[in-house]
Amino acid sequence: MKDVSVLVGGKAGDGINNAGAIVAQLLNHLGYFVYIYTDYPSLIRGGHNFAVIRAADEPVGAHNNRIDYLVALNQETLDLHLPHCPDCTVVANADLVKSLKSGQTVSLQAILAAESAHTITGNSAMIGAFAKAAGIPWGVVQEVFNHHMPKAADENIRVARRAYNQINTTRPVPALSNPPHSLFSGNEAIGLGLVAGGLSTYIAYPMTPSSTLLHFLAGNAERFGITVIHPENEIAVILMGLGSAVTGARTAVGTSGGGFCLMTEGLSFAGMAEIPIVIVVSQRTGPSTGLPTYTGQADLQFVLHAGQGEFPRLVVAPADAGEAYRWSVAAIHLAGKYQIPAFVLADKTLSEGTYSVDYNRLPDLPSADPVLWDGLAPYQRYLDTPTGISPLTFPGRIDAIVKVNSYAHDEDGITTEDARDVIIMTEKRRKKEAQIREAMKQYPCVSVRGVTGATTALLCWGSVRNACDEVAAQLGLRVIQPVVLSPFPDQQFATACQGVLHLISVEENATGQLAALVREHGGRVDGTILKYDGRPFTPDELLPQVKEVIAL
Amino acid sequence: MTRNLITPAQNTWCPGCGNFAIQHTLKDVLTGLEKEGRSLDDVVLVSGIGCHAKIADYLNINSVYTLHGRTIPVATGIKLANPKLTVICCAGDGDAYAEGLDHLIFAAKRNIDLTMIVHNNRVYGLTTGQYTPTSPLGFKGKSTPAGTTEYPFNPLELMLASGATYIARGYTRKMPGLAQLIRQGIDHKGFAFIDVLQICASFFNMTEYYQSRVYDIADHDTSDFEKACAKAREWDYNRDAPIALGVFYERALPTFDERCPVRRLPADDRTRRIRELFEAAR
Repeated sequence: MKDVSVLVGGKAGDGINNAGAIVAQLLNHLGYFVYIYTDYPSLIRGGHNFAVIRAADEPVGAHNNRIDYLVALNQETLDLHLPHCPDCTVVANADLVKSLKSGQTVSLQAILAAESAHTITGNSAMIGAFAKAAGIPWGVVQEVFNHHMPKAADENIRVARRAYNQINTTRPVPALSNPPHSLFSGNEAIGLGLVAGGLSTYIAYPMTPSSTLLHFLAGNAERFGITVIHPENEIAVILMGLGSAVTGARTAVGTSGGGFCLMTEGLSFAGMAEIPIVIVVSQRTGPSTGLPTYTGQADLQFVLHAGQGEFPRLVVAPADAGEAYRWSVAAIHLAGKYQIPAFVLADKTLSEGTYSVDYNRLPDLPSADPVLWDGLAPYQRYLDTPTGISPLTFPGRIDAIVKVNSYAHDEDGITTEDARDVIIMTEKRRKKEAQIREAMKQYPCVSVRGVTGATTALLCWGSVRNACDEVAAQLGLRVIQPVVLSPFPDQQFATACQGVLHLISVEENATGQLAALVREHGGRVDGTILKYDGRPFTPDELLPQVKEVIAL
Repeated sequence: MTRNLITPAQNTWCPGCGNFAIQHTLKDVLTGLEKEGRSLDDVVLVSGIGCHAKIADYLNINSVYTLHGRTIPVATGIKLANPKLTVICCAGDGDAYAEGLDHLIFAAKRNIDLTMIVHNNRVYGLTTGQYTPTSPLGFKGKSTPAGTTEYPFNPLELMLASGATYIARGYTRKMPGLAQLIRQGIDHKGFAFIDVLQICASFFNMTEYYQSRVYDIADHDTSDFEKACAKAREWDYNRDAPIALGVFYERALPTFDERCPVRRLPADDRTRRIRELFEAAR
């Protein structure tokens, strides 16, 4: 595998993410699949930020600790990262770097002065310097700046060119023949999927790592003709969402664990009142405020069980931007058809990571349409049917009285405490769950990857799958990734596990929450590899851990 | 279609409960709207949880029987998603002033086009008699047997400070006046807030107290914010004072739903625009 990693580091506020995105586009335009990992503390200025851009000749969704190019905007970047990659090619900002044993530097100050350019264009000098060190043709650099830096592209190109001319090519990256792919973060992909699924309303309160989804949809609200609202708190978020959904508007909300805590009364309301809604929960390191800008997978059991009472819910956990897109489409469709809350469960790695996506190679999932009232018999919001699905209509429909209720209710939606009514409605919700379970057989709920006949398998969910894929490829293992976690796809999971003698769960939590879920469903998990420091598994650190567990 | 506005659901309010007056007043207001040719199919009633909220079961119109304190966010979502609907919230004082106070302030701040009717009996009835944010100092309830040690707040003053564009107070034993306030509130474009003094026959019967103190506001300039503040402060829900009924304040301002207009796209245009973004991200 051709595999190149570039680390761009500097202090918070230096625009590391933007610089990383341009470096990723350079490699994208050289024909590589790319992935960007961003690492930053929870503050606005100061502190150390870095982005790792990984490029390979096959799809990648994880970064390694091994670095080939170190682009250092300051001395701290060298101090922190150079000891871990002594052989890497260094390009540094001469103005802020004190000592450099090997590598090349450019003076941003001198370049900006020579070009009479604004300070903000300084990163373009670093990008130009990297591009030359990596032997990226100037035409590619120019094309990427023109496409992806529409503001003041010319000024940035002049600055980049001056740096480009001062550097020698020391470690060329060979060009590949692939056309460039679309680069999207997980949150952007979720947003696009929701829109493709018919989203009308998105409501959220800012909370890392879900905020960039709010920003993306708010920034594109007019483009897509959607309503995007940021209200007073997450309680208002979900209840406004439910109000919107009651009118028939396809609605989603987004948050992270702490905000989702506030949403649980609304979640249970959605379950009882049978209001369709998509809830995007992007996990960060908990408990409580935890590590706001770091990742984790410790909210699976919370999302599976949140809310008082028993009601059906869909939980999907995509691993990369492509999966995030298509499963977000599916989530909004399925929520609407079965009138249930549907979760897209992400994590910081997926939400804020950037991935190569090919629109034309995204496989379609089955679509699902809501069951609508035919207008014949008097309308009953909670009409009991063989499927448990009551036909929908919405306030404003002529001659329909729509009564939605959080209390136990009868078929008309009138409050009841009658034991028989309670049983009928409870069983109606159970029937819906059975319907969803049946419908999900048509969906690829469990992804089987790697060496599919191998007897040792890595069990994983969400973004961790990407690191597992690489380790499995190296060791000849199978990878089993349940994408749908509720209703749990028992049959597909059993099929995926056929012939497996040794199943190892790899998760970013301290207790093995997927392993517990599998055991609850009668499966056997033979070992766990757990990580809970807020940083995602990298393939190069996971490899020896898996080897050790297999050798046992 | 003229419909029977009362459902067959069995009414379980206590005899003499102030909620009957609000239900029948609202019914009359709705009948009036229908007579003027407005379709009641376009009206949605949003209730909280508490004695008041049973009105959602009793009135035969579209309704969302929500959670304690959460009428406003649900109503806001409805109005934003379908601005053609007339959205009326019925909430209790526990709903509006305790559990959901944040939403009340934000609804006023946003000027979302809703009518908010607060059934303010100044006691928790359904949970059998605890103090609320508008119970007078020293109120002896089941959770405060020695009497409350905090002053009530004045919801009218709070709404003035929060930017509500229609602020009124009604009383359940003055039904014609109440009907007028609710109707004006529905016609008002923006956040219409009506605090309705109602007695709780079982836990806080204030009939005599109110009967001897209420009066109708006259010679008051409802467009004058300072005068509205002074009028609102005349009675602070605690010490003895005349209790004014009527509209305290009204002003015209663009509403939240007007400020967030959305031009919906046909599905094909949407797909095209999604593809454009995929193209731009290459």
